[in-house]
Amino acid sequence: MATILTEAEAKTLLQKVLSYSKADECEVNLSGEERGNVRYARNEVSTSGSLTNQNLVVQSSFGKKVGTATIDEFDDASLEKVVRRAEELARLAPENPEYMGVLGPQTYLKANGFFDTTANITPDTRAEAVAKSLQLTRDARLTAAGFMEDRHGYSAMMNSKGLFAYYPSTNVNFSLTVRTEDGKGSGYVARGYSDITKLDTAAATSIAIQKARGSAEARAIEPGKYTVILEPTAAVVLLENVFFNMDARSADEGRSYFSKSGGKSRLGDKIVDERVTIYSDPTNAELPASPWSGDGQAQQKTMWIEKGVVKNLSYSRYWAQKQGKKPLPGPNNVIMMGGNSSLDDMIKSTQRGILVTKLWYIREVDPQTILLTGLTRDGTFYIENGKIKHPVKNFRFNESPIIMLNNLEALGKPERVVSTESDQNYLIPPMKIREFTFTSLSDAV
Amino acid sequence: MQLSGAGIGGLMVAGIPVLGNTVAPERLLEPGADAAAKKRLADVALNAAKSKGATYTDVRIGRYLQQFLFTREQKVQNVVNAESYGIGIRVIANGTWGFAATSDVRPEAIARCAETAVAIAKANSRLQTEPVKLAPQKGVGDVTWKTPLQKNAFEIPVGQKIDLLMKVNSEAMKNGAAFVTSNLFFVNEQKYFASTDGSYIDQDVHRIWPTFTVSAVDRTSGKFKTRDALSSPMGMGYEYLDGLASEKIAAPYGLVGYRNSYDMVEDATLAAKQVKQKLSAKTVQPGKYDLVLDPNHLGLTIHESVGHPTELDRVLGYEANYAGTSFATLDKWKSKNFNYGSKMVNIVADKTQVGSLGAVGYDDEGVPCKQWDLIKDGILVNYQAIRDQAAIIGENESHGCCYADNWNSVQFQRMPNVSLKAGSEKRSVFDMVKGVDKGIYIIGRGSYSIDQQRYNFQFGGQLFYEIKNGEIVGMLDDVAYQSNTQEFWNSCAQLCDQDDYRTFGSFFDGKGQPSQVSAVSHGSATTRFNGVNVINTGRKI
Repeated sequence: MATILTEAEAKTLLQKVLSYSKADECEVNLSGEERGNVRYARNEVSTSGSLTNQNLVVQSSFGKKVGTATIDEFDDASLEKVVRRAEELARLAPENPEYMGVLGPQTYLKANGFFDTTANITPDTRAEAVAKSLQLTRDARLTAAGFMEDRHGYSAMMNSKGLFAYYPSTNVNFSLTVRTEDGKGSGYVARGYSDITKLDTAAATSIAIQKARGSAEARAIEPGKYTVILEPTAAVVLLENVFFNMDARSADEGRSYFSKSGGKSRLGDKIVDERVTIYSDPTNAELPASPWSGDGQAQQKTMWIEKGVVKNLSYSRYWAQKQGKKPLPGPNNVIMMGGNSSLDDMIKSTQRGILVTKLWYIREVDPQTILLTGLTRDGTFYIENGKIKHPVKNFRFNESPIIMLNNLEALGKPERVVSTESDQNYLIPPMKIREFTFTSLSDAV
Repeated sequence: MQLSGAGIGGLMVAGIPVLGNTVAPERLLEPGADAAAKKRLADVALNAAKSKGATYTDVRIGRYLQQFLFTREQKVQNVVNAESYGIGIRVIANGTWGFAATSDVRPEAIARCAETAVAIAKANSRLQTEPVKLAPQKGVGDVTWKTPLQKNAFEIPVGQKIDLLMKVNSEAMKNGAAFVTSNLFFVNEQKYFASTDGSYIDQDVHRIWPTFTVSAVDRTSGKFKTRDALSSPMGMGYEYLDGLASEKIAAPYGLVGYRNSYDMVEDATLAAKQVKQKLSAKTVQPGKYDLVLDPNHLGLTIHESVGHPTELDRVLGYEANYAGTSFATLDKWKSKNFNYGSKMVNIVADKTQVGSLGAVGYDDEGVPCKQWDLIKDGILVNYQAIRDQAAIIGENESHGCCYADNWNSVQFQRMPNVSLKAGSEKRSVFDMVKGVDKGIYIIGRGSYSIDQQRYNFQFGGQLFYEIKNGEIVGMLDDVAYQSNTQEFWNSCAQLCDQDDYRTFGSFFDGKGQPSQVSAVSHGSATTRFNGVNVINTGRKI
């Protein structure tokens, strides 16, 4: 049997699994994927690999006693065995007071995240894409280290109450660091797409080359508060820490930024500049995502922060019931709306500021304020009187994305970016921020 | 780099990478295939790769077992029993590496997998200008190695483990915690390695990590604080949880250090009391302080500022696109006079220390493990190198620190245990604190961040105590220190002795693309650093 099942094949397999069930309720999650990657450094291919995975998870329950078992072999005997195993584990398990039972049939939005072009990548396709990149860096006498990874696969689920869901998807991520031979300049680029035909490794490589050359001979300037222009690759690694925290339970329990004094949460509060609107939408053509969550709940277009106001926090089905709210699964994609400024406009309107193209090693220092620390990397530039004057040495910053979004000056057009911290893809605009806090200098290039 | 909570890829449970399929707990006690059967399968791969043109092949048949338990307050959130079994085949063909892996361990599938590895090597060889050169390694024949342990954690019933965590949680709640989560992680790697050098190595590696987080919440002000466990992950069995009094080290202010035995209930009780104190602790005045760093804190600083920069693959640029390169460049090493730290700084790399996370008999390319110096009397003297790097630093053999986190991951250079030697003069933490006029005593792993060449770093901690005129005067909050690696290690002013030596550990250290985890220990005694820049991390929103 192929690893990547069609909707009809997945349905048949799942029906067969459910036919073995003797539990009160049974839910089956099924997935398959093929991955390939190639990695290069010092202008040479270093490692590469391919990987095939398939997995079937059976969750059986008797009342509130729940058991889960997993298998990666799909012959009839194995399928029956995994169902029996889940039932045995359920009988042995203590009651789970937070178990909510399985959902009935749901209606899902239509999302298209599967592209044959990406699914048909071969080791030769990867080698060719990398060859185009290497050609440019070798010719330019610069040193490249890069990584390209593609994935195609599907996930599906079915349960004893008649719910069925299926979603196929593809993705390719490409990232590249180009350094000057003397180690004084370094530039970076990352691209993520569902459809590989959008990936132009040569064009991406040219951007990293430009940043590598432009960042050499950086000068030190004093750390302190500066107006910054964050390219989307830099902004996203700060902003995603806000998204990760938007859980109602932690907020209600008083242990999240989204909690506030008096035991309340910030739901409904204006927390950032009114130009900030952040939402999720599985049907977005630029950033398609699964229209359902792992427990079968439908993903709707959902406002999380609208005009600066917290519109929603995610509620698990258990927590929603306990709090008398509607369940809301966490988002499968995140999109931030932009503004009208181009990157050029932002630079032109800046008297004195810093252009930040990438941030690195982001860690939460204080969850109370989502205070983050990290450093600039691979191309940081000083702006004076509307022009980029010269590259600057890297800074360490200590800043909260909440404070930063209150100090918003301008937003550009959203772009699909890959987080260098989580590898997730997002749609995020470039942004201009005043009074961003740099706390020390680094000699790193 | 330490992995943060989100998005490491693969199946995740609460931010923790789970490898493989979930299975019944008793499945974890089954012996798996015997060495003779694995040898036959390995030979299928070695022969198939050779027939397709490979000039070198190694095979890893791995059975990776994990048992993870997750609880909060009086609830068991999840018990994960996972098994992953398969084969990874690495070849050199046309002077280029190729790698392929499969969970299908029938001989015909293994032969196909070997052919794929060769095909990938050949496809990539057209991009290669410099062929791979391996340091020689004599075959070691048929050998075995096992983590020395007293109690195999997988043989302890799940119920007993849950009882322990419930006790931890109830003591924490009884002592004032608003919330508590506690976890146990157990890992067993049953690794069979074979190569065309003539090695057939069977190893059984065990690791354990008990941990918890307690939270305190002041609902009126909306303030909250946490305190994590002061345990260390270890290369040990369940005996680590015996809580032996002989392995406890008394520290100032009623604090307790744990050496090779951990009392989880005692630590949770203390944590609940301390986390409440954190809510009202004095906010730190920024400035220069002498820092007294507990081994359970200093381990991560060693990891980030010495462990990673002395990885030869980083120095050479192989990690430039992700983890970064290194300030500890070859010219600094060649000069033989690069002052990495003060004269009292002696840092060793090691793959043999009993009870450590890095200890194995042989690495994942069949090299016998050993110990070597990285920094001697403050001078950078060596790196961490594997077979295809040894020649670059003029060595004839690998250091034996190659590792893959699973059969389906390709092995590459990973950090061995990297530890700071204790001082030779008799000195306890009490003695050390007495000599400090204006300082901060820091315990536990907090937030951490360092640049891509390992110059500039910032570390927080779990507990901070203000030292004034040789006395601890109270708890501090909002503390983080920022420094430059060379400056910091040159400010190293005093070491406690071997009686205070303990290991810190990282259970899920991330590196590479695609990212792989590894486990590594860092030993030290409590150490003093003079005049380090401390910042205040408190903010008002």
